[in-house]
Amino acid sequence: MDFEPIIGFETHVELKTRSKLFCDCPVDFDAPPNTCICPVCTGQPGALPVLNKKAVEYTVRAGLALNCTVNRTSRFARKNYFYPDLPKGYQISQYERPFCTDGFLEITADDGRPYAVGIKRVHLEEDAGKLVHSSDSFEASEFSLVDYNRSSVPLLEIVTDHEKNPIRSLQEARAYLEKLRQTLRYIEISDCNMEKGQLRCDVNISLRPKGHPGYGHRAEIKNMASFKFIMDALEYETKRQADILRSGGDINQETRLFDEKKRKTFPMRSKEDAPDYRYFPDPDLVEIELDEDFIDGIRKKVPELPDQKVHRLVQEFDVPRDEVLILTKEKAVSEYFTTCALACEDRKRLSRWIIKDLFKLLNKACLSMEQCPVPPDHFSTLVNLIAKGAVTEKMARSILEEMFEKGVGPEALIESKGLKPIQDSAALEKIVDEVLAKNPEAVAKIKAGNKKPVDFLIGQVMKKTRGKADPAALTRLIQDKLRS
Amino acid sequence: MDLCDQSASELVQLLKKREISSREITESVFRRMEVRESEINAFITPTREMAFKQADQADRRYREKQSLSPLDGIPVAVKDVLCTKGIRTTCGSLILKDYIPPYNATAVKRLLGSGAVLVGKTNMDEFAMGSSTENSAFGPTRNPLDPGRVAGGSSGGSAAAVAAGEAVVAVGSDTGGSIRLPAAYCGVAGIKPTYGRVSRYGLVSYASSLDQVGAFGKTVEDCAALLGMIWGHDAKDSTSADVKTPDLGRTLKTGVAGVRIGLPKEYFVEGLDQGIKEKIMQAVSLLESGGARIVEVSLPHTPYAVATYYLIATAEASSNLARYDGVRYGFRAAEEISDSVKMIEATRSLGFGNEVKRRIMLGTYVLSAGYYDAYYLKAQQARTLIKEDFDRAFEKVDCLVTPVSPCLPFKIGEKITEPLQMYLVDVYTVSLNLSGLPGMSVPCGNIEGLPVGMQIIGKAFDEETVLRVAYGYERTRGNDGIVE
Repeated sequence: MDFEPIIGFETHVELKTRSKLFCDCPVDFDAPPNTCICPVCTGQPGALPVLNKKAVEYTVRAGLALNCTVNRTSRFARKNYFYPDLPKGYQISQYERPFCTDGFLEITADDGRPYAVGIKRVHLEEDAGKLVHSSDSFEASEFSLVDYNRSSVPLLEIVTDHEKNPIRSLQEARAYLEKLRQTLRYIEISDCNMEKGQLRCDVNISLRPKGHPGYGHRAEIKNMASFKFIMDALEYETKRQADILRSGGDINQETRLFDEKKRKTFPMRSKEDAPDYRYFPDPDLVEIELDEDFIDGIRKKVPELPDQKVHRLVQEFDVPRDEVLILTKEKAVSEYFTTCALACEDRKRLSRWIIKDLFKLLNKACLSMEQCPVPPDHFSTLVNLIAKGAVTEKMARSILEEMFEKGVGPEALIESKGLKPIQDSAALEKIVDEVLAKNPEAVAKIKAGNKKPVDFLIGQVMKKTRGKADPAALTRLIQDKLRS
Repeated sequence: MDLCDQSASELVQLLKKREISSREITESVFRRMEVRESEINAFITPTREMAFKQADQADRRYREKQSLSPLDGIPVAVKDVLCTKGIRTTCGSLILKDYIPPYNATAVKRLLGSGAVLVGKTNMDEFAMGSSTENSAFGPTRNPLDPGRVAGGSSGGSAAAVAAGEAVVAVGSDTGGSIRLPAAYCGVAGIKPTYGRVSRYGLVSYASSLDQVGAFGKTVEDCAALLGMIWGHDAKDSTSADVKTPDLGRTLKTGVAGVRIGLPKEYFVEGLDQGIKEKIMQAVSLLESGGARIVEVSLPHTPYAVATYYLIATAEASSNLARYDGVRYGFRAAEEISDSVKMIEATRSLGFGNEVKRRIMLGTYVLSAGYYDAYYLKAQQARTLIKEDFDRAFEKVDCLVTPVSPCLPFKIGEKITEPLQMYLVDVYTVSLNLSGLPGMSVPCGNIEGLPVGMQIIGKAFDEETVLRVAYGYERTRGNDGIVE
């Protein structure tokens, strides 16, 4: 029997507000331990939370970008449990009335068609502190330390819908996560850097016979912070569950953990052991009412979303869609491209040069586009020089390498290195004459009607000029010479 | 009569005329403590050194004719539930035995800003849970009028300190009657303002939606003066009301003529001590002869108040007290404990007293999955009905008059083994906390040497009428029947 997975995500995203969710401590992940703390975020007796308005704005922005209904009234609730990194003994989260509900995120489904993955809710909550163990695990440690710098940093939780357009394959799971990360970066509410734990997922998966309605028992895998591990875990779970079902067994509804070294999931707790979080409305925080003006104000400021950008770039700049998709993956790249494009005629060439040549250099140097040492005006100048034939593509590549290394503009480099193409036709003619004289056989062949050795002669000239001759001009010159 | 037995309003006149100094008043207070404290136990932490320093500063201000407020130089005691920077704040609990807050509660900050002299932190039922101040890890507070009897609770220390002249005025907190009951039992005046009037920032939470900071004084005028110093909006408390605070002095002495006073019939039924009923009715006649109009009203949901209160208060408490886990501050169970959950368990088992544990367990149960709707949600609905009762009554009257307690101050130990009996002492006070309304206890005579308190209940944010009626009564009453 063939099975189809139904996959759900609860994604936690750290918002990049300047201060924490309920106090004015700065959000700073590089600060020394316990230096960004105050009575509120360390849960001192008597301290009270005050909501950060910016975090609400970001939440609403995310809700709008994910096509959600933004609720006019919402509330914070307490999620009660004990853990040393949780200073109040409860997390301030949302339960019954989250800020945003009932949206979707469009991805490309496995059949190549657009598919609107259902988003059940988007809510705001606070992060916990961080435990640092003296050894690998809590149990094996002689002691553990707690750092509360992260305590009360705003977290957005985005939950997919199980019933309305759920994710149905591993590929769709990846597409969803990528699209979600791309969207959240585009709207500038989080850097979504998984290595820094700014984007973490609880993933759940169940199987059902292909084409069958209804749902199987699902396993949830907690706290995943890498694309690769998420995909590995889902792959493992699909296989594990399918094996059990095929042999006539039942799937336990349970929470599992992923062992990164063994690349396996193993049980953490069953449904029966699931903690009772005793949610109730937080009496320290009043009901939040968002008026239409506030929501509209945010709606007007939602930055251009990835799909809109793709559409616009294809229309405006006449670049193939598959290339635009690459250029818009990262907002910074798309911005680099559009900045250059405004100064470039040949956008197709520009696109190719970014995708092939600039990316290669960035990858090699392990840099992101934000860190790119070549400013857009230098890059567009270079592309324009190529387009004009003022430099050969080959030369341009080595020039770009130096621009990348030294952060200087292309013109200066061309001048200083004498890399300027030989524009002086007399000088070029002299070299061509030399080459023709040295290769009488080739000349004879060409004169007899065989065009093939032309390329050989061009190669010889290039060798002598170290690539500085403009290939088009050179071809013309050789043909003229031999015709006469 | 010693200086410490005089009211703040009298003392301030003498200070202004430079007939006495703040140091002399403070000395008088500490001399009284030396005489009576070993018996009464009103204080957990007296702050002698700091008090004299503050008194000297006040005296300098009076010399320079730059006094800060009607409380400048007046010795004040603060319930040990309000955080005081650098001064330990225990909440009457072993679990916070050595806790020194890194910040001042807003009410404390404002009090210190008014020039008041802090003479110490007063005893209380652990985490304000109790009606007798017997539930303190630091021993019970005894009633200064009859040391065999309780002072009432939970702000018993503050009430007893004012009654005994160990402070001139005092700050307390009231979650279900914790200011009004001890005021009645110790024969002093005490006001619980409207919920939201005084910032809860730095008030260690018992039940967030019910807790409110208030004032004790020997006279109504002193209560008004103290309240005037600490109330007003505070951005650090999201539940703090952004409502204008009137100048209380303007209306305080304008008399009761024309005031419509309601007598809720449900407050004068079986269970009320006959002697107390008579005293209240005598006081009502006095108000009537002063020109007030007396109207009978009905608050039909009164019988549900105590049950509603104990569901909501314990639910919130179970969460509010979760932060006392031994991880960051306060008591931690000493034995070698291998894992953090066991450490938290042992700390809380040893650190909390029985009544606190009882209420945490009750509240945990109330919020549990499967019981939430039947208890917590139902209680919230009852709360709305109780509030609506008051709304309807206040369509006809300007304030209500009721007893504070159904019984006279009871003997130490009399009810401590009978929690339900103890809970019923709050029968006339809890409805105000559920409705957020202001209420005041003012002495109205005594029965065989034991004081009786009359409760005056006002509309939300109408402390003016409450104080005006209380003052009007106090003046016509004179010292007739008041315990000396």
